[in-house]
Amino acid sequence: MRLHIDRTACDGRGLCAELLPELLESDEWGFPMARGSSGVPEELTRAARRAVDRCPKLAFHLAPGS
Amino acid sequence: MTTVAEPRLLGEPVEAYVPKLDPKQVIDLARQAGLTGRGGAGFPVGRKLAAVAATGRPAMVIANGAEGEPGSEKDRYLLTHQPHLVLDGLQLVARACHASALFLYAPPAALEPVRRALWDRRREAVSVRLAPAPSTFVAGEASAAAAAVVGGGAIPADKMVRLAKREMPTLVQNVETLAHLALVARHGAEWFRTRGTQDEPGTFLATVGGAVVNPQVVEAGYGVPLGELLAAAGGPSGPLSAVLVGGYHGGWVPADPELPVSRAGLDSYGATPGAGVVTALPASSCGLRETARIVEYLAGQVSGQCGPCLNGLPRMASALSDLAHHRIWLGMTSEVDRLRGLVTGRGACHHPDATARLIGSAMRMFHEDVTAHLKGECVAR
Ligand code: SF4
Ligand code: SF4
Repeated sequence: MRLHIDRTACDGRGLCAELLPELLESDEWGFPMARGSSGVPEELTRAARRAVDRCPKLAFHLAPGS
Repeated sequence: MTTVAEPRLLGEPVEAYVPKLDPKQVIDLARQAGLTGRGGAGFPVGRKLAAVAATGRPAMVIANGAEGEPGSEKDRYLLTHQPHLVLDGLQLVARACHASALFLYAPPAALEPVRRALWDRRREAVSVRLAPAPSTFVAGEASAAAAAVVGGGAIPADKMVRLAKREMPTLVQNVETLAHLALVARHGAEWFRTRGTQDEPGTFLATVGGAVVNPQVVEAGYGVPLGELLAAAGGPSGPLSAVLVGGYHGGWVPADPELPVSRAGLDSYGATPGAGVVTALPASSCGLRETARIVEYLAGQVSGQCGPCLNGLPRMASALSDLAHHRIWLGMTSEVDRLRGLVTGRGACHHPDATARLIGSAMRMFHEDVTAHLKGECVAR
């Protein structure tokens, strides 16, 4: 799986980066930014799903692929 | 209008003619001709048609003449002089993917000649609806066009989210691409390939402007030497320092008359022919100032949806403007580089990526100017 952010919907409050610090950081305006590739390693899939569910703007998605 | 060798699109206006081809024949013709999109991205038409046809569902097809690039005039020109060729191509695509809805999306002034042409074709099975395009830069982006024709705002959407919604399959093709397809259906794929290069067959329309004697729409085969393209517009009006190819979403290349205008020929400069906008920069103008002006404009055309684009483009514009106008501060060129990296790949459309690429090409092409500006000097004559 890989992370996908609908940039047209994201409000940049950075909740996802707080929930998934291993994969995301916030840029200087608060918008999430992948730390490396946007691939999600096996052991973080659950945490990633939780972040998807908690995104207030439904902007945070998991997509097939790596 | 001028052509480098025999005109195709810019020849005599033609009457409506849609040969009776089945879907597979249309797709095969596009494939054999090696026809690619003329709106900027250059995607193979056959592949796009096949993908939409494979959904097995009725599609919506949009002929896109929105032409958001400020310097571009070729789509308007084509719609005015060859409306039937565009409409023929649209009907062929409609056949290839069982379209149930057809739109022609262009600025209001460009729709007038099409309205008249449509009257001649009023007995066609699937009629074409006209949709006015606003004059914003991103209005021509495919998802913006798809939103606009059904009455929404002409702003880009997230590609993955759109796919997931499983709306009607939508195919957006530039009007010039459609006109080429109509010619391929008339004369065959072999004929099409007699111009251009092996890998990039066919001709393209270029809007040649800036420091040339007679700015105009020119038709040429891919791979045409830059000098011939400029000569078709009367030639340079004086010494040139560089040429912007591909418009504001394009890149700077040297004013080398031998340079082949094709993807392969421009690749090493990080440029592509794009939608064919070719603008000559006189040696008396400063390339950095010109780029700063363009980036300022592009930052103002952000559709205001994506944080990194909305915040990053104005920041890049102001750093570049500082450099162009000798307001020097420590680390300004590395800050420009950092911002370019920060916005790239982080918008719903490629506006931030293309803006960052344009700046990159300016920093390379005008590196002597950059050094001079950092010392408070300028190399423009
Ligand atoms: S949680 Fe959702 S809205 Fe908030 S920053 Fe992340 S993607 Fe954007
Ligand atoms: S990337 Fe910029 S121009 Fe494109 S949709 Fe997002 S905000 Fe609009």
